[in-house]
Amino acid sequence: MIDTPERLTQYAALLGDPAAKNKILVSMGTCGIAAGTTPVLDSLRAALETRGLANSIRLVEVGCMGLCHSEPTIELHNAETGQQVIFGNVTPEQAGAVLDAFSGEIKGLDTISRGWYYPEEEENVNGVPQARIALRNCGRINPEKLEDYIASKGYQALAKAVTKMTPQDVVQEIMASGLRGRGGGGFPTGVKWSFAAREKNDSKYVICNADEGDPGAFMDRAVLEGDPHSVLEAMAIAGYAIGSGNGVIYIRAEYPLAIQRLQIAIEQAKHEGLLGENIFGSGFAFDIELKYGAGAFVCGEETALIHSIEGMRGEPTFKPPFPAVEGLWKKPTIVNNVETFANVAAIIRKGADWFTSLGTEKSPGTKVFALAGKVKKVGLVEVPMGTPLRDIIFGIGQGIREDKEFKAVQTGGPSGGCIRANKLDTPIDYDSLIALGSMMGSGGMIVMDEDDCMVNVARFFLEFTLDESCGKCTPCRVGNKRLFEMLTEITQGKGTPETLDKLRNLGQTIKDTALCGLGQTSPNPVLSTLIQFPEEYEAHIVDKRCPAGVCSRLITYTITDACVGCTLCARNCPVGCISGERKQKHVIDQSKCIRCGVCYDTCKFHAIAKN
Amino acid sequence: MSADKMMNVTINGMPVQVEDGATILQAAKKLGIKIPTLCYMELDCFNFEHRKGSCRICVVEVEGRRNLAPACCTPVMDKMVIHTHSPRAVNGRRTVLDLILSDHPKDCLTCNKSGNCELQTLAADFKLTTVKYEGEQSVYPLDLANESIVRDLNKCIMCRRCESACNEMQTVGILSGVRRGFEAVVAPTLEKPLNETNCVFCGQCVAACPVGALTAVIRNQDVLDALNNPKKTVVVQTAPAVRVAIGEGFGMEPGTVSTGKMVTALRRLGFDAVFDTDFAADLTIMEETTEFLGRVKAGENLPILTSCCPGWVKFFEHQFPDLVHIPSTAKSPQQMFGAIAKTYYAEKIGVDPKDLVVVSIMPCLAKKYEAARPEFTRDGVRDVDIVLSTRELVIMLHEAGIQLDLLEEGQYDNPLGESTGAAVIFGASGGVLEAALRTAADWLTGQDLQSVDFTAVRGLEGTKEATVEVAGLQVKAAVVSGLGNARRLLERIRSGEAEYHVIEIMACPGGCLNGGGQPYIHGDTTILEARMKAIYDADKGLPKRKSHQNPDIIKLYEEFLGEPGSHLAHELLHTHYVARGDA
Amino acid sequence: MSCAACDSKCVNVIEKFPDKTAALTAYMASLPIGPDRNLNRGLLIQSLHKAQGIFGYLPEEVQRFVAEKLGLHLSEVYGVISFYSFFTTKPLGKYQISVCTGTACFVRGAGKVLDEFKRYLTVEEGETTEDGKFSLGALRCVGACSLAPVVMVNGRVYGNVTAKKVAEILSECN
Ligand SMILES: Cc1cc2nc3c(=O)[nH]c(=O)nc-3n(C[C@H](O)[C@H](O)[C@H](O)COP(=O)(O)O)c2cc1C
Ligand code: SF4
Ligand code: SF4
Ligand code: SF4
Ligand code: SF4
Ligand code: SF4
Ligand code: SF4
Ligand code: SF4
Ligand code: SF4
Ligand code: FES
Ligand code: FES
Ligand code: FES
Repeated sequence: MIDTPERLTQYAALLGDPAAKNKILVSMGTCGIAAGTTPVLDSLRAALETRGLANSIRLVEVGCMGLCHSEPTIELHNAETGQQVIFGNVTPEQAGAVLDAFSGEIKGLDTISRGWYYPEEEENVNGVPQARIALRNCGRINPEKLEDYIASKGYQALAKAVTKMTPQDVVQEIMASGLRGRGGGGFPTGVKWSFAAREKNDSKYVICNADEGDPGAFMDRAVLEGDPHSVLEAMAIAGYAIGSGNGVIYIRAEYPLAIQRLQIAIEQAKHEGLLGENIFGSGFAFDIELKYGAGAFVCGEETALIHSIEGMRGEPTFKPPFPAVEGLWKKPTIVNNVETFANVAAIIRKGADWFTSLGTEKSPGTKVFALAGKVKKVGLVEVPMGTPLRDIIFGIGQGIREDKEFKAVQTGGPSGGCIRANKLDTPIDYDSLIALGSMMGSGGMIVMDEDDCMVNVARFFLEFTLDESCGKCTPCRVGNKRLFEMLTEITQGKGTPETLDKLRNLGQTIKDTALCGLGQTSPNPVLSTLIQFPEEYEAHIVDKRCPAGVCSRLITYTITDACVGCTLCARNCPVGCISGERKQKHVIDQSKCIRCGVCYDTCKFHAIAKN
Repeated sequence: MSADKMMNVTINGMPVQVEDGATILQAAKKLGIKIPTLCYMELDCFNFEHRKGSCRICVVEVEGRRNLAPACCTPVMDKMVIHTHSPRAVNGRRTVLDLILSDHPKDCLTCNKSGNCELQTLAADFKLTTVKYEGEQSVYPLDLANESIVRDLNKCIMCRRCESACNEMQTVGILSGVRRGFEAVVAPTLEKPLNETNCVFCGQCVAACPVGALTAVIRNQDVLDALNNPKKTVVVQTAPAVRVAIGEGFGMEPGTVSTGKMVTALRRLGFDAVFDTDFAADLTIMEETTEFLGRVKAGENLPILTSCCPGWVKFFEHQFPDLVHIPSTAKSPQQMFGAIAKTYYAEKIGVDPKDLVVVSIMPCLAKKYEAARPEFTRDGVRDVDIVLSTRELVIMLHEAGIQLDLLEEGQYDNPLGESTGAAVIFGASGGVLEAALRTAADWLTGQDLQSVDFTAVRGLEGTKEATVEVAGLQVKAAVVSGLGNARRLLERIRSGEAEYHVIEIMACPGGCLNGGGQPYIHGDTTILEARMKAIYDADKGLPKRKSHQNPDIIKLYEEFLGEPGSHLAHELLHTHYVARGDA
Repeated sequence: MSCAACDSKCVNVIEKFPDKTAALTAYMASLPIGPDRNLNRGLLIQSLHKAQGIFGYLPEEVQRFVAEKLGLHLSEVYGVISFYSFFTTKPLGKYQISVCTGTACFVRGAGKVLDEFKRYLTVEEGETTEDGKFSLGALRCVGACSLAPVVMVNGRVYGNVTAKKVAEILSECN
């Protein structure tokens, strides 16, 4: 039992400096496992055995390092030389080479710049755009080992809070740090806590929102898989601050690995007395329970989430009353995002001033982004607020795949908007993104290139909201359907200039009248593309043309004179509508063609034209 | 919220003071500003509140707020500045209406709800001349499989009022939102037809529905066919609560008693005889009171529960199958009337029961279902052939050009038209019990007692309890209306927590005067109060106010039935219940 | 047990699979079910997860079973099931194909992959092939965006899938 702050200090001292050991870190997040880290791990283990190094080099299964672009990744720590290197795209066959690298000899391995990935102690290193607070332990510790977390200063903040601070002090510290909710809205966390702290009630709740529904965002999963104790510790601190003994983590069922690691972590924390009764001998008690989502994006909205925990349909309800006054089981409740919580322990440990020294004045600290889409280096990045988009996409992300032309970056998921090249130097924080007609959202960042049709992208997001709308209020249930229908018309060449007016008006009115955040933001992808890319809408409406060549109804495939009659396309066409003799020019029967583009992709002679 | 603090707000430039916790809607009302609503519904006398803020037709502009605010559920705050018809607010409301109409069949001319539809009224108020955002409409099959209710979800606007009525007020709990997004709709259990569920056909969902998605089955044509069939003798009975509501269908003040005019109207429609369900109500009291006193004397099987409400009967058959032995076995007045008409009366006038058509005019949709229950058919002949609701009779009269309000007063026919004040009050919650107590008191004392008003059991409250002294006997009585209240009471009885001698239960909150077949009140509960007052006034005005003093009832026993509770009475006037369990 | 609507396929899984029913009964017995149905409702979603885990899907009799144990109306249980896309009331195929249609996969061509599956299997999204072998679904982001477009078959992740790879993936399902 770690039942006093002294015990925690003793235990941490006993564990020693984590840097003082030879280690191989292996990235075992969902993404890494999908990319094949498990056989790499097995083969490294076998190699250590055979070389008799099993005791001198520790093999650490860590969570996500964020280097999605190069999975499977591993990292080497040589305690004697201080050498730290990351290798990407590692194969099981390279196990030997990895061990050789310990003696300084790097051969045949794909080395990755450490600029990607710097731990807490090394943050603010010059020339390194990333700074890790929320991800401080992700990819560095074994998330299934409590001692790893403790050796990395884990639970020191909780000990400090419950033994050296009053609940008011804690709220004050979080308020002073300026931490804003990372779940999308950017509401000041300290203010939210103060509302709930003010309520008089013998039972209150702390809820961690781990629903992470934004498709294309996976930072919460990375935290839960890579550093679950940091969330538990923060929830307990929040409980102490607002006077609550009950924590609930609402996690989406699509994250089995995160669920498993959370279960293990809760078990460990309870076992050591870090959760439960009389934490650190302070008399404060806090427990955490897991509740599962069941596939509904809207359940990320806090009132819907609460109803979902209560076993109902996840339909949002009108606020007021706000959860801080009347939340779960009608008790005062705070709902915070995983990443928000992941910042809390560091703030308590290092102080609000340290936190405000990072980021911008109105948005202090860092933000994690899931960089994906057409960018070269896809992955999870954490940068100080205020970092320009360009630095993320062209710096960390190293630009566009196949060196195509950058067209837009979509932030904020289905609630956000598209930002085009001329705004790439905007420093990102909550307010500047809203000014651009987008949103911070949870931090999904999808990069698009010249091949993406912005009308179709807007349509994609609307299709998503349409699918995920709870259907309770008229503007969202019917209005989004109508928006979607209009966008579909445009992509089919049936749009008229009047359609554009209607889109604008309806979009604006849905924002103005919908009941919850989902409907209030769902027109953003349409409205922002209408403003940023009017020429693409016009091309579809006036010229009946899709400039990016995406909207199939507006494309025709024809065979040009470059055709040598190789028959390949005819053999691949799924509906068999290409005919022609061998060595003769082929023709496409336009009446049967389903515009799948297979022929275009298969022809080796570039003889198929797409207009 | 506390009401001690007053809030000062400005609406459309005018200042107004309201209590803390009041909504923008309530504040605007104080200034005579009407903000349209659709999903919002409140029945204050039943503590029924449906304030989901989901239709968004009530949006208004609040200064300093990012988006528009729904007036029905936004509490005012001190110094709030509100604009109810700024261009932005009007545009928001119009667009919302436009969107609702874009997913609506717009079949007003052939819609059961036409003339009573809140959406139609709104559309008329707004005068949208086109629907701007047309698109795909939802398509659902009609549910026509039961006797009482038609469900046409194509017209549903997802206000969810029915859901609250069924689940929260009635606690029958068969309606739920299903699916989500554009596919979301309110449907009965497992999306089955109503008749395969626990639905009790109380019709409270129909009363709550602002549009034509939930309406009653209309049987007017069957009545016309019977009336025009020379082989048939057609008689009609009118339930107690109909006479105090039917006038509303002709622009008369709520609370007008139109008994005589209604009799004239029915006669003009062509019924061969116009009778009164009240006669059968008196008969019910004879049987039920006999059973009650019998059980009290034996000291067993108490409490006795009334059984004249078919909604309530079906409710306990599904939800309390273990208690099916405690309700009185007496049939409802409607069914007693039918049984007597098809035997005693048919014989008297020398008509084959097969050629006698009994039509009922009822405040109720469950009565339609009740009349079709198989146990109420003898030798292939139903006791009651066709049941019309008050609303259907209004329609029939309008179609026939009979202007009820202008008619002279008529008299019921004999011998099934005579009744007492005890029968009239059946229409209000507490009436059946009061009527039974009047008779019980006389029977127990053997006197003609003068104090007949048991006021403790009157009123619209959902649960009323009283210990009344009846001839020295302390009778512990309870009166419950609304099935939610009934459930709570029954649970207390089941657990042994509550002990009573006699309990009256009515499915509809307030009793039959608020039945699912009455003219729509659109949330205006003062209409219910007026109807209730009219009922008690009618009782007061009658010369005879005790069932056992009804001379035709006395004659019926003498000539035909023998004693209350006799073998023949049991055969004709009593029934049994089915433990149906959960469906 | 079969019903009027269909006389062949319908089986009452509660009666037919006593050991599965026993597993569900045991699970539900371990829950803190009390007299307050409003509190019991908080146990509904986890019970449905469990039941679907055991039976593979949630047919009417399983819904009824759960509703009765928790003292809830069947209508609300059904309302909840139909709300959450994770729950299914129909049995799924032996191979459950899920095409990720999250944003990252979408911009990298998931739509075409989904269309190709639909064409091959001649089913729409959310349907199961007649032989009960494949069911096709879409899901939103499995967090493997770097491998986009991603397809999951019974939990196995295929990355960088193109329309051409569809036949290959299907042929591996035997
Ligand atoms: C439709 C919708 C979906 C949301 N999804 C999430 C989510 O997946 N995760 C999350 O943390 N917050 C989500 N939110 C925001 C939450 O409602 C809530 O604001 C947040 O959890 C508060 O935590 P924070 O202040 O720490 O950001 C969503 C909001 C809306 C309107
Ligand atoms: S905006 Fe959409 S998701 Fe939100 S309550 Fe309305 S219908 Fe439901
Ligand atoms: S686009 Fe597809 S359908 Fe059309 S010709 Fe090419 S391969 Fe055939
Ligand atoms: S693949 Fe290209 S070259 Fe070959 S037949 Fe088709 S169009 Fe001609
Ligand atoms: S429901 Fe109302 S608006 Fe709709 S068709 Fe009927 S009367 Fe007209
Ligand atoms: S309202 Fe218009 S459409 Fe309807 S009947 Fe009158 S004229 Fe015809
Ligand atoms: S008739 Fe009564 S029981 Fe039936 S659905 Fe309507 S409210 Fe519920
Ligand atoms: S059926 Fe009627 S009351 Fe029920 S949700 Fe639809 S419109 Fe509203
Ligand atoms: S209370 Fe009256 S109107 Fe309502 S269901 Fe019962 S009998 Fe019918
Ligand atoms: S490597 Fe972990 S999310 Fe990609
Ligand atoms: S009446 Fe206010 S939202 Fe429906
Ligand atoms: S969008 Fe497909 S895995 Fe994330």
